[in-house]
Amino acid sequence: MRISISRRTALVAVSAVLVALSACSPPSSNNEAAASDAAKAKTAADMGGLDKLVEAAKKEGTLNVIALPPDWANYGEIIKAFTAKYGIKVNSAQPDASSQDEINAAKQLKGQGGAPDVFDLGTAVALANTSMFAPYQVATWNDIPAALKEASGTWVNDYGGYMSIGYDSSKVPAPASVTDLLGPAFKGKVALNGDPTQAGAAFNGVVAAALGNGGSADDISKGVEFFGALKKAGNFLPVDPTSATVESGQTPVVFDWDYLNVAQGAKLKGKVDWKTVVPANAVVGSYYVQAISADAPHPAAARLWQEFLYSDEGQNLWLKGGARPVRADAMKTAGTLDTAAFGALPQVTGTPVFLTEAQTKAANDYLAANWAKVVG
Amino acid sequence: MSRRRDLLGVVPFFVFVGIFLIIPTLVVAIGSFLGTDNRVTFDNVTALADGYIVQAFIRSILLSAVTAILGAVIGALLGYAVVTAGPDSTVRRVVTSACGVLAQFGGVTLAFAFMATIGLSGFVTLFLRDSLGVDIFAGGVWLFDLPGLVLVYTYFQIPLMVIVFLPALDGIRPQWREATESLGGSTWYYWRHVAGPLLAPAFLGSTLLLFANAFSAYATAAALVSQGSPIVPLQIRSALTSEVLLGRENIGKAMALGMVVVVAVVMSLYAALQRRTSRWLD
Repeated sequence: MRISISRRTALVAVSAVLVALSACSPPSSNNEAAASDAAKAKTAADMGGLDKLVEAAKKEGTLNVIALPPDWANYGEIIKAFTAKYGIKVNSAQPDASSQDEINAAKQLKGQGGAPDVFDLGTAVALANTSMFAPYQVATWNDIPAALKEASGTWVNDYGGYMSIGYDSSKVPAPASVTDLLGPAFKGKVALNGDPTQAGAAFNGVVAAALGNGGSADDISKGVEFFGALKKAGNFLPVDPTSATVESGQTPVVFDWDYLNVAQGAKLKGKVDWKTVVPANAVVGSYYVQAISADAPHPAAARLWQEFLYSDEGQNLWLKGGARPVRADAMKTAGTLDTAAFGALPQVTGTPVFLTEAQTKAANDYLAANWAKVVG
Repeated sequence: MSRRRDLLGVVPFFVFVGIFLIIPTLVVAIGSFLGTDNRVTFDNVTALADGYIVQAFIRSILLSAVTAILGAVIGALLGYAVVTAGPDSTVRRVVTSACGVLAQFGGVTLAFAFMATIGLSGFVTLFLRDSLGVDIFAGGVWLFDLPGLVLVYTYFQIPLMVIVFLPALDGIRPQWREATESLGGSTWYYWRHVAGPLLAPAFLGSTLLLFANAFSAYATAAALVSQGSPIVPLQIRSALTSEVLLGRENIGKAMALGMVVVVAVVMSLYAALQRRTSRWLD
């Protein structure tokens, strides 16, 4: 390298680059007064009623959502229904992203027209980022159990499910319990949806395995031991299951949320006989969280989206996808619940366990330290 | 005055290097010493001493070294065979074009090509199992773990070696071999004292390039390994995107800094070696 150049020129060049870069951020596309009203609105009434909210949202004309796979809790149909009803275009970015990716995107795109308006998050990520959310209470606020919402509406649980085992009944016998999976019939056949140190679904799969293997919500070491034994037996399959792997028979048994396994079965009807079972006495439940971005480029559309999700129509659409909507009990009482869809949900025996924040943290720490040793 | 104009010509280069090399490196280096509250801390760097991160570094270095050496040796032999076939031969044309394609054939496409061929329901796997009774996964699903990564990485390392090493092989004149022989030197003597020393710097340099190529490869491993993060680039992915373990973005940056350090160390070793070999050549 025989390039001799004065250091000052290099500095000048680099600082020129820095200036150029800082001048690169495009201005935000929304500077209307109406937008700022919507951004401050904590209920539809603050906007002057639902009709006014719809009007403002239609004026914005667009909604940015992120990390919503079309076959996850029926989001594909929900997005279509929302567009059909209000004529608002929905931009669905990175359908396969993780909850943390949603937060990263909101931080990186802050102030730009393409930033996400709303989030659908796992509990841990949601609780760690409440400063990024705008409080909002939907019209059906009182139907939502107090334990499943933040009092001011900063975040609200939306739908939940139970950890389940999906299996191809033409390839394996029906597993009645978690420990059945250690048998020779399941050699090289059991997959977990993701890595439990990275993905919420996989994390809860380990918790369910702990409950089914003599552990508890306070002690998930038995779950990690179970997967260790599964790996030793040659039954554990380190493949990320997708519709394609299920259809091609690469992943005949999958630990995943019941609504995802049920949707998988519906999708592959006639090709694969995909059944879903919630293991007896190892019932782990978890709700996902809805929140509106405080920096939403389309604040009115973001709020209308929430109103739609928590309306009878939105809740039943989730239910149709096999997810258990947060207003299920109230809607049952009111007679607005889609009972056919509700009856089709997998049967649950035993008391569902919902992890507390402290239990989640302890389990996370245990996994971080031990999962890689056992499976890595 | 003219000197200043000369410098003006270099500005695009500096702008390019600034945007794509200096700034990202600074972001990584600075981020490594910041906590989640943006205060200066050494926690991220000390976190690198955690067992699983150290393990990941060891595995990454092993994987890169093994595939670099395998790729370098096999690639050099293949390159030598191609060179002896003559400069305009069909063999040479076919091999070099094939290598040009395969050296760039990485990432998701490569991972899926392997899954479709020798994956759990890959057609070769099924053929071996159903027709010959051989189960290649009898000992576990090795394709989605370190041995699988070695196989897949070697697949793109060999053609890369052929491409970068051919020019050096072309520089070897057949006359030198004839001269050695007419002066009574054996084949061994020729390789030990003529061709070997001439090719050594290029061979080492190419091996180093292969090491860095494997060390920084991400997409192939990301597509192949979904369970566990055996190597550093996958650990960084986990630190940046995990929805279970939060607030580890800067540990990811510290790991990236660690990778920079590893490559820097390898580069210095290489430079030292170069100095040795050049003395040896004189």
